Amino acid sequence: MGLTLTWLAIIVLLPLAGLFLKSFELSFAQFVDIVTSRRTLNALKISFGLAFLAALVNLVMGGIIVWALVRYRFPGRRIFDAIVDVPFALPTAVAGIALTTLFAQNGWLGAPLAELGIKVSFTPLGIFVAMVFIGIPFVVRTVQPVLIDLDPEIEEAAASLGANRWQTVSRVILPSLLPALLTGFALAFARAVGEYGSVIFIAGNLPNVSEIAPLLIVIRLSEFRYADATAIAVVMLVVAFLVIFLVNRMQRWAQLRVPAH
Amino acid sequence: MSIEVRNIVKKFGDFAALDHVDLTVPHGELMALLGPSGSGKTTLLRIIAGLDWPDSGEVAFDGENALSRAPGERSVGFVFQHYALFRHMTVFENVAFGLRVQPRSVRKDEAAIRARVKELLDLVQLDWLSSRYPSQLSGGQRQRIALARALAIEPRVLLLDEPFGALDAKVRKELRTWLRSLHEEINVTSIFVTHDQEEALEVANSVVVMDKGHIEQIGTPSDVYDNPQTAFVHGFIGESIVLPVEVDDGRVRLGDTPLNIAAERGSSGPSKLFVRRHDMQISPCGWGGLEGTVRRVRTFGPIQRADIVVSGNRGETIIEIDVPRDRELRDGEVVGLQPRRYRIFADRI
Repeated sequence: MGLTLTWLAIIVLLPLAGLFLKSFELSFAQFVDIVTSRRTLNALKISFGLAFLAALVNLVMGGIIVWALVRYRFPGRRIFDAIVDVPFALPTAVAGIALTTLFAQNGWLGAPLAELGIKVSFTPLGIFVAMVFIGIPFVVRTVQPVLIDLDPEIEEAAASLGANRWQTVSRVILPSLLPALLTGFALAFARAVGEYGSVIFIAGNLPNVSEIAPLLIVIRLSEFRYADATAIAVVMLVVAFLVIFLVNRMQRWAQLRVPAH
Repeated sequence: MSIEVRNIVKKFGDFAALDHVDLTVPHGELMALLGPSGSGKTTLLRIIAGLDWPDSGEVAFDGENALSRAPGERSVGFVFQHYALFRHMTVFENVAFGLRVQPRSVRKDEAAIRARVKELLDLVQLDWLSSRYPSQLSGGQRQRIALARALAIEPRVLLLDEPFGALDAKVRKELRTWLRSLHEEINVTSIFVTHDQEEALEVANSVVVMDKGHIEQIGTPSDVYDNPQTAFVHGFIGESIVLPVEVDDGRVRLGDTPLNIAAERGSSGPSKLFVRRHDMQISPCGWGGLEGTVRRVRTFGPIQRADIVVSGNRGETIIEIDVPRDRELRDGEVVGLQPRRYRIFADRI
């Protein structure tokens, strides 16, 4: 217990405290000025908004992928299962460059999309694509063990009691998976908010349009405006904490209905 | 409701789980499907429930084809070996599930659902647990809730797959008696699967003995115990002494020694002599050719049990028989053996 707390304090809390201390170099008015400037607000909006959307997409797609991986036996299943982890392992810069090439106007996917008038690379859509890419394993890997544990007999029980497929999914399967799905969503969201490496290659990084908050922090640092950078970081930290706290509460609520054994 | 199963075949790959099975279950029956694992009993139960489909054959409920109906439309209550309760729902909601998912046109209103669930929980004597979650219950309680859940939809037939298989011996015994009396109370046609002969003989009013995808015998518990129709049934139910013998037009030989017992007239070929252990008694040598050498005698309580080696031309067979305490046996002594009752079945080729 003591060891856990000490360790957590050194690894997590100490750097965060430093962050807050640094931001105190600013007066309150200055702080408000920085964080409410148009560029900062837009960057925060892009980071959190797109991360939320990407996590939402990952929740749905990750749910479908994990269902296929666990419930179906098809050739190459193990390979697909391994591929899910690629976004975990790939250096983010490599992922960013690969996605940029793929979705550039002359890329494999970018070219046909460009014909439809859809630009991905160097737009907010590109940021979204990168965030989906790096977030997918979080949902799959958190839900997978829970789904494996879920006894297929409960579906048969529901069917024999007269439930149709939709009632079985919505009343029996999804509620059992809900805590795991929420955890996966929170992790994918957190990762997408903090993502830097893969996004900056594909984003185009136009201020107010496709500039993410972590990039703005780096820009401020390179301009030696350390206090500005920490002010943005503090806002990110607080918002991220609030969102994750909220998801945690939802998870607790969902888990209360599925007490541990 | 009566159930008729005609000529069912079900294969899993090359393995025939059910090989042309016919079965009729009259209304109100409490029937046990008894057999070793892999005998096809669970597959048969699942096909009746609609959780599996046969490769060919027919299933009819009260003369109506059931195979064209989905499991939910068959009005079948199914109880799983591992309960399959919905763990995110309270006991109450588990039991109410079948009522809540009914099509809107026939669904009961909330008050009626509550009343029905209360009634069922009273029936299984667990109404005090209605707000608990399944993980907070004991195995026996879970199984009773699973039963209440299955009964909620007022099934016309109740199917139970190894209902007591996952419970410890004491709870098992209690639930057996309880199931029996429950059946008397609600009198719904019920079939349960078990590999435990004691359970089948004690609970059911008719027993279906299965092996390797075939039905070996159907009868009352005393029928299958006292008049086994096949070698498998004799060997599977109760304890048997088995001796390989030769039959030649009704005359029985053990090795080269003719025995003073008769097989069916006209039967021939390698066969097996089955005797219940309590039906084999020690007699003076020379009674009828059946003799053995005492190898080991053990005494505990009121009984004396002896291993006796009987030799035939298919090698030695060691049989274990009970001998009254007052009959003294010595190791190496040659004794005669006399079966009071016996059955002879020709070996299957």
